[in-house]
Amino acid sequence: MIGAIRQFGAIALFLLRTLAAVVPALRRPGAVVRQVYNSGARSLVIIMLCGLVVGMIMGLAFSDMLQRFGSESALGEAAGFALLKELGPVLTALLFAGRAGTSLASEIGLMRATDQLTAMQVMAVDPMRSVVAPRFLGGLIALPLLVAIFDILGLFGTQLIGVSVMGVDSGTFWSQMQNAIDVRDVNEGIVKSIVFGASCTLMAVYYGYNAEPTAEGVGLATTRTVIASSVLVLIFDYMLTAAFL
Amino acid sequence: MSDDPDPLVVDLAGVRYCVGRRAIFDGLDLQVKRGSITAVMGPSGTGKTTVLRLLTGQIYADGGSVRVLGHDVARLNHRDTFALRRRMGMLFQNGALLTDLDVFENVAFPVREHARLPEPVLRRLVLMKLEAVGLRGAEKLMPQELSGGMARRVALARAIVLDPELLVYDEPFVGLDPVSMGMVVRLIRHLNDALGITSIVVSHDVPEVGSIADYSYLLDGGKAIAQGTTAELNASADPAVRQFMRGTSDGPVSFHYPAGNYVGALLDSSDIRLRKRRGRPAGGA
Repeated sequence: MIGAIRQFGAIALFLLRTLAAVVPALRRPGAVVRQVYNSGARSLVIIMLCGLVVGMIMGLAFSDMLQRFGSESALGEAAGFALLKELGPVLTALLFAGRAGTSLASEIGLMRATDQLTAMQVMAVDPMRSVVAPRFLGGLIALPLLVAIFDILGLFGTQLIGVSVMGVDSGTFWSQMQNAIDVRDVNEGIVKSIVFGASCTLMAVYYGYNAEPTAEGVGLATTRTVIASSVLVLIFDYMLTAAFL
Repeated sequence: MSDDPDPLVVDLAGVRYCVGRRAIFDGLDLQVKRGSITAVMGPSGTGKTTVLRLLTGQIYADGGSVRVLGHDVARLNHRDTFALRRRMGMLFQNGALLTDLDVFENVAFPVREHARLPEPVLRRLVLMKLEAVGLRGAEKLMPQELSGGMARRVALARAIVLDPELLVYDEPFVGLDPVSMGMVVRLIRHLNDALGITSIVVSHDVPEVGSIADYSYLLDGGKAIAQGTTAELNASADPAVRQFMRGTSDGPVSFHYPAGNYVGALLDSSDIRLRKRRGRPAGGA
């Protein structure tokens, strides 16, 4: 219990140090853009593929379920709610933790193991500003963009299967969605994606930065990143869903 | 230019430093004069690299004082520590080049962080430093494409790019072939004299470091057991100094880490059970 409290305190302090380094890091926008590319663009293929497949699964499953109640016309509404409010942010964050989070943690961990972070400190360069803050900002910006792409591909996949295979009317699909979903639902997805982006990236940079400078230490940092990110995403998802009710 | 008239660039007085209960240093005294090359030698595990970490403020002494360029390192706050480090350069044992930057950007990195130079001026500065270490032609290579000796020389160019007053080298000769080693030895002497800096070389390569050092310290048992010029250390009557300088196996400097009875350890099966319980194979890593 004491260990958990100490860990929580260490992460909170690390977050404060990261936030303090964010403004100086923004003076080098090139470094942030490079990290948006590393975390975001390099995750694009897996996010697009998964978004499409999840949407196709929803097209099948929701159509089948709704047909049993004679409500197949509500497919667009159901898919829109599920993707924008829950599945889009949560699944994208979990995939992001597995792809970009592990990459960030192992990259920073290896920098620790090969003395690169120490070399920066000896050169009077703060690694929090040069390494951690640009990566944190990169993840924070990339995840909401990835969630938007996941949602679009997911809706396309649902429409593809729901309309083409399960026979739902195309006009009904889109009009039901348009009528049912309002700005508040979209905002919920945006807020969740920002919170998930911050928590996943924070876990990655925290565990990478504090990794033991050994092969085992770097491996452990990546494992902890995935576990902590996934648990945090689900906890925050519950809290934010409750807050938006 | 330095704001301290002190002829001593580094002054360690009665330094005590412990890791857990083990004292790495217990009363270490070490002085480095301005403009000199000072060698810090000693067997593995005697804390040579720890001296450099104390000088650069990466760790702090538990007792005694560590003064560098006129400042007591332990009394400096974060900002002043960074200001002091800007007056120093350090060459790491493995080079510690930033692996996502090419050679040019590695050398330019400290300049970009600390000064706002126009790009043409920065380019000339970096090329001059790369030329000084003989690697101007390698400016576009990535660190993964460099040999160990080349990486060490790029790191050296990076260490001198801000024209430091004090340059510290951590085991600069480890893993180098004879040609690269000879080049690095000459470079250390050349840079020290040409740039008018002060150098501290931590090494256990006695012939190489002895050939360029103006003054040497030999560490063992948490103290400097001998000091002087290379000739004075070579002529020392102390058995430990003679053993280290000549590289002989017989003498007071033990090859073995302190351990219990050898035969007893071979016959004792409780150790195997203990290791199995910890999930490690007996005798394995």
